[in-house]
Amino acid sequence: MCLGVPGLVVAVDGNVATVDFWGVCKQVLLDVVDMPVSPGDYVLNHVGFAIRRIPPEDARATLELYAQILHDEPQDLMAQDIRGEVAAMRAR
Amino acid sequence: MSASADPSLRLRYRDPVRARQLSAALVELVGEALVATRSERLAVMHVCGSHEQAIAKFGLRSLVPDTLDVIMGPGCPVCVTDMPEIDEAVALADHGITVATYGDMYRVRGSGRSLADAHAEGAPVEVVYSVSNAVELARASVGEVVFFACGFETTAVTTAAALLAGVPENFSVLSAHKYVLPAMDVVAQLPDSRIAAFLAAGHAATITGSAIFESLAQRYNMPVVVAGFEPLDVLAALVKAVEAIRDSDARVFNLYPRCVTYAGNLPAQECLWQVFECQDGDWRGIASVPSGNIRLRSEWRAYDARHRFASVRPKAVAPAEPDACICGTIMIGRANPVDCALFKAGCTPQDPIGACMVSSEGTCRIWHEYGGIPVLQAAR
Repeated sequence: MCLGVPGLVVAVDGNVATVDFWGVCKQVLLDVVDMPVSPGDYVLNHVGFAIRRIPPEDARATLELYAQILHDEPQDLMAQDIRGEVAAMRAR
Repeated sequence: MSASADPSLRLRYRDPVRARQLSAALVELVGEALVATRSERLAVMHVCGSHEQAIAKFGLRSLVPDTLDVIMGPGCPVCVTDMPEIDEAVALADHGITVATYGDMYRVRGSGRSLADAHAEGAPVEVVYSVSNAVELARASVGEVVFFACGFETTAVTTAAALLAGVPENFSVLSAHKYVLPAMDVVAQLPDSRIAAFLAAGHAATITGSAIFESLAQRYNMPVVVAGFEPLDVLAALVKAVEAIRDSDARVFNLYPRCVTYAGNLPAQECLWQVFECQDGDWRGIASVPSGNIRLRSEWRAYDARHRFASVRPKAVAPAEPDACICGTIMIGRANPVDCALFKAGCTPQDPIGACMVSSEGTCRIWHEYGGIPVLQAAR
């Protein structure tokens, strides 16, 4: 429940960002993020909220690892937690 | 056996060369730390289910020397939710009030039943992925909706943000949020504690900052290393922890700087403490944790389900864990799942007996998924 999943910000409208997770766009709330967020940034997200802007290179590497887990072992415990984090965000 | 038990899959690091270097460094450092501390074994405790997932899934215990015990402490917020807290939620649902909660919490039994049991008997219970889902549920509903909120500070922040953003009148919060720092304190001061260093949970620290661990490090003369969640992050944090044990260097080290700063996420902290405060409370398996419960402040009483439904109380039952269940001992790091007679023999993810087998962050659930120590050792 504290896993957190990074995603790429594609648009920002007030306190709501549209964030891309492996090609799926979701709405993320920016209420508690501590830095300005713009399209092109990566953010770390937990249960529907962005909690931190993170460096792109780290975010991309984490996304790659998670993508591999989701693809190779879809029933895996970690894969389920990753899917839960993505499911926590509203569809765009 | 799941596919993930295949060692070739488990050793899938971002940088295998770096993983081998860290593993080699650990062998050397553990040897030196044992000499320096005149000990036969070292124990490093982490307090995060996501850390345990990474450790078990990627077989990290097979990459550290046998004399280094990597132990999970009270790092599963659902597991440490006290039975009477779950009873409160079940009583509300039994009373016909819609209770929305996270999937992990849904299946954990209180002193009698779980919310899933109540749901099966017709009580209105909804599984949600976020507090926002629960607020939407209330907006779409004429009846009362109670969000049974669980999770450490990282998750509590989102509950606070939802309340601050405005919720409908028929929405309230039954908080079982937990603050992880005081539980580390309780575990560190247990008699005969073997813990020589802590790994602190990276995402809780993203909110609170690394500075909050300084008093813990000083009080127990024990290094605290803030760690990320990928296999290499955890290995690097173990290397730092053992190096600091060797050097008697009881400071806080932030090895997750891409997410964690010294002061943490200040707007998030402001949001958290504007809505919540810490209160003393019992944690399942650990007994009383001073300031361990995150509860709504009196200013938010109107949205506190404990106040709004003060007349709907569960029958007072002395909470008792099921016979032979050792979840409490596991949660303070004094036993491993394989030490439990029920592990895989009566207690399984499909039919869990103890709380640690229910949540995806519970030690037993994770070890059940990834095979536990014997398989990991075989993969060495």
